[in-house]
Amino acid sequence: MTRELVRPRRKNPVLRTRLPTLPPGGRSRVALGLTAAAALGRFELQRCRDCQAVQYPPVEACSRCLSVRLRWESQSGEGLLLARTELAHSNDLFFRERLPWQLGMVRLDCGPTVVVHLHGDCAEAPTRVRVDARLDRSGQAVLFAFPATETPNMADDPQLREFTCDPRFRKVLVTDGRTPLGQAIAESLVKAGADLVWVGQAEPWKQFPGLDALRAMPQVSIVPLDLTDSASVRELAAEIGGRVDIVVNNAEVHRTHGISDRQGIETARLEMDVNYFGLLRLAQSFGPALRARAADGPLGAVAWVNLLSIYALSNFPPHGTFSASKAAALSLSQCLRAEMRPAGVRVVNLFPGPIDDEWNQTVLPPKVSPAVLARALTAALKSGVEDVFPGDVAQEWLERWRDNPKALERELAG
Amino acid sequence: MADAAGGRPRFDYQGVVAVAPVTIPYVRYSIRTAHWFLARALGQLLQVSGLGKSAIDGLCVSSFTLAPDTAIGLTQHLGVSPRWLDHIPLGGACGVVALRRAARAVQSGDADIVACLAGDTNHVDSFRLTLSNFSSFARDAVYPYGAGGPNASFAFLTANYMREYGVERADFGKLCVAQRENALRFEHALFRKPLTLDEYLDARPIADPLRLFDCVMPCAGADAFLVMSAERARSLGLPAVRILSTIERHNGFADDPIQARGGWAIDRDDLYDQAGVGPRDIDSLQVYDDYPVISLMQIEDLGFCEKGAGARFVRENSFTWNGTFPLNTSGGQLSAGQAGASGGYLGVVEAMRQLTGVAGDRQVKAARTGMVSGFGMINYDRGLASAAAILAAA
Amino acid sequence: MHDAVFTEGSTPATAAGGANLLLQLAGELATGRIRVVDLTQTLAPEFPQISLPPEMGQCWPFRIEEVSRYDERGPGWYWNNFSCGEHTGTHFDAPIHWVSGRDLPRNATDTIPPEDLIGLACVIDCSAEAAADADFLLTRAFIESWESVHGRIPPRAWVLMRTDWSKRTDPVAYQNYDETGQHTPGPDAEAVRFLVEERQVIGFGSESIGTDAGQAQYQRPPFPCHYYMHGAGRYGLQCLANLDQLPPTGAMLICPPLKIRDGSGSPLRVLALVPSGVSPTAGCSAG
Repeated sequence: MTRELVRPRRKNPVLRTRLPTLPPGGRSRVALGLTAAAALGRFELQRCRDCQAVQYPPVEACSRCLSVRLRWESQSGEGLLLARTELAHSNDLFFRERLPWQLGMVRLDCGPTVVVHLHGDCAEAPTRVRVDARLDRSGQAVLFAFPATETPNMADDPQLREFTCDPRFRKVLVTDGRTPLGQAIAESLVKAGADLVWVGQAEPWKQFPGLDALRAMPQVSIVPLDLTDSASVRELAAEIGGRVDIVVNNAEVHRTHGISDRQGIETARLEMDVNYFGLLRLAQSFGPALRARAADGPLGAVAWVNLLSIYALSNFPPHGTFSASKAAALSLSQCLRAEMRPAGVRVVNLFPGPIDDEWNQTVLPPKVSPAVLARALTAALKSGVEDVFPGDVAQEWLERWRDNPKALERELAG
Repeated sequence: MADAAGGRPRFDYQGVVAVAPVTIPYVRYSIRTAHWFLARALGQLLQVSGLGKSAIDGLCVSSFTLAPDTAIGLTQHLGVSPRWLDHIPLGGACGVVALRRAARAVQSGDADIVACLAGDTNHVDSFRLTLSNFSSFARDAVYPYGAGGPNASFAFLTANYMREYGVERADFGKLCVAQRENALRFEHALFRKPLTLDEYLDARPIADPLRLFDCVMPCAGADAFLVMSAERARSLGLPAVRILSTIERHNGFADDPIQARGGWAIDRDDLYDQAGVGPRDIDSLQVYDDYPVISLMQIEDLGFCEKGAGARFVRENSFTWNGTFPLNTSGGQLSAGQAGASGGYLGVVEAMRQLTGVAGDRQVKAARTGMVSGFGMINYDRGLASAAAILAAA
Repeated sequence: MHDAVFTEGSTPATAAGGANLLLQLAGELATGRIRVVDLTQTLAPEFPQISLPPEMGQCWPFRIEEVSRYDERGPGWYWNNFSCGEHTGTHFDAPIHWVSGRDLPRNATDTIPPEDLIGLACVIDCSAEAAADADFLLTRAFIESWESVHGRIPPRAWVLMRTDWSKRTDPVAYQNYDETGQHTPGPDAEAVRFLVEERQVIGFGSESIGTDAGQAQYQRPPFPCHYYMHGAGRYGLQCLANLDQLPPTGAMLICPPLKIRDGSGSPLRVLALVPSGVSPTAGCSAG
């Protein structure tokens, strides 16, 4: 059984910090369908719309009836472990550094036989297991088999931890602690076992509720950070950049204007300055150190989280300029993801619907509460997904957007 | 003529023979290219046969490391202009398949003399590169899982086989030890030291239950032979072997959740029927042995014992050149080395040597009828290609 | 400016007299008998910025981005781009800044008469009072009491309210916010009207953010210093520093804002010329 994770010893400073390596990331285009689903925390395989056969590995045509009408569909992942092996040798640097490595071959109840990374708590073959798709450090989907029933300390399986960004014992920067969301995130991270949570505070002269509660948490350290000020971002990066394992960029400016109801660009510019340029400044200052420390022992740098918005996918005209700034941030986050990928640092994007905060005061419920959003963030880190759509509104918008982006555009226009 | 599985009669291979088995000595690593090994193989064929290059009007090539070239590009490298050309990317099945296709070409008159070549180089990094680009299924669904290459896949098959059929590691060990003994008598084998069962059992783990001596060692080298009419062979004074029958099957038993049998089991009756012989008539067996479990699978699927009786068969027989069941008499890939696609030719050239009586101090006594079996291409979770041929002394 | 207000007390000099005066000034500057005191805060991103309720338009804080620094972006030179609002750092308020001064002639930074940008300064020391009470309001009575010691404030003089607020280097203490807003000292409405109407001052300067007190939105009228000063075409200076190095009277202020077309103000460098022998605490009539 998996042993509970204990706090790793401090690293020996005379030893060289290992450079990050990645598992093999090459995939055919059709196989990226698995990655697309895994990024959302889903396990999907292609099913033939004509003969219903489930396919794996991903194919361009049904291997039973040759139909090309294949659709990615969620799978339960239930299956039988046929055989397992412990790899003691690998031709790949990433795995060589992590041997021995457990692998299995599973016959899924839905049909195909799949090769999987195997959780250490799975019993000897033949045994029932549950297969799920995970993103590996190269950002590609792989299959991972779990014991059919929960075991103690399941999340601490060392192999599983290579696929997740668990905040446990890690050091996290939360860029804005002034909002109820920022405070909920800090609290959620502390509850998840984070060692240290730096919480940014811009315009320190402004009073904000919740500051005392933040200060009361021994793991929390409030630091000056203003994403509109390059020097401020650089300075903080110089101070703590070499120790941050996870960056959570929750700083945002949200104003509720479209184009016509607000003269000039000042408000929109402020939104862009924080929501877009703030991310850029942060990425330029914290990105390099994060990349360099991605293989720094069992608790290296692992993740970068952006608070985006469901409005990043399609403009919500009453909050039109905000939507645009989040769309810009989404685009930049894709660039960041590409640049972090060689180090295996995961970029997680949160796409909440309306957050229950002051700027959505007049938006009708349902709204996602800061606490729920913060828990979704922590859960995303623990499961290692890339794109999170927390809350009912976000889920519904996502489905509408995937179904027909043009229709959603028209619906949002009211 | 014999009845094929489909009921239609199959043509025999009357009048066609294979001659001039050659081996370009295996080396662990080489800075040369596959072209270099293939050129030497062709040169050796010409030397042994006394033919000029222009006499070669058919060319058949197998290689993993020839990229970006294929057989057609090789014609320009080698300066040949064949009227029949084939490229057979079937890995461990390529030797038998080359033989049967070349035989048909000669038989039909499409070619007079076909040079069948297989060879690969092995740079320090080429095995890893071959693995990572082996197939799209492998790239999508195997290589990202530990990048263990075929080791991981065969570990699954082996573990499953052992559990299903009660095979012990010592059974596999017995095959490996016997093959090493054979290899000591084959001048081109890379492994020159005897192997004991204890050494086999205690070797470094690779992918449980596989240990070091369950795995072939990639190397560089080439093997080749000529296919021509029996008449031509006689006039050239070349010792020849006849082809009694052949089979080939791909992606057999696709619905088996995990591979425990290969396509031979579908086609073996056809194989024996066409040859007019039975398993008991086979003097020596050359099987594709990238892992010993595959040897055992072939012994069963080719009808030398019942399915699942392999362990008992191993315990009741001995497998050296002079044993009760001479198997992989040149050491097989496990002891000679796996020179890429050459691994698919190793059994063919050895069977030819045994049947023409040139196997030296590993010569199987009174060898008249031999079988070669091939297995290849772990495209995803199993080997897809199976092939076998029964050969006889001319 | 309204010429009528400032005819009194002006002494036309002959051309030769003026030249001599400047020569003499140059000499005094060279020997240090006239000191130059810098009354300016350094422009830096962390310097506190005026904050309005978030739904309102905001004045940009000072921000600076490097263009190149002898690197691949420009191998042989170093320079920056900066951005800020007109009311960032030590800055000048033009009459057009306030609604009460919007229709006055020559009310913007580009049209202000340049001669208005050099003038004598009267420094009213409220540092003790501000230390005791962050919401301290300068009253007419306080000014009159100052005049009883230092003499009557001359026309066309700048009145600078010394609070030592600039010594609060911690931005939090400088801004001094609590849940009810900002708490910084400033003049009350009656004091402003007195300075404008009865002393014809050219402008009012403060050390805190705003010429008005932090709680001035609750005065009548709200923000009286902005309202009356700018309504009468006078100017404001904010976020001044080093007022403790000035004598109560006798210093000369040089404070030209950037010539922004139709500008409501601008960050600027404020200099004071201080004759030697005039100690910051010594009284001296400028009347």
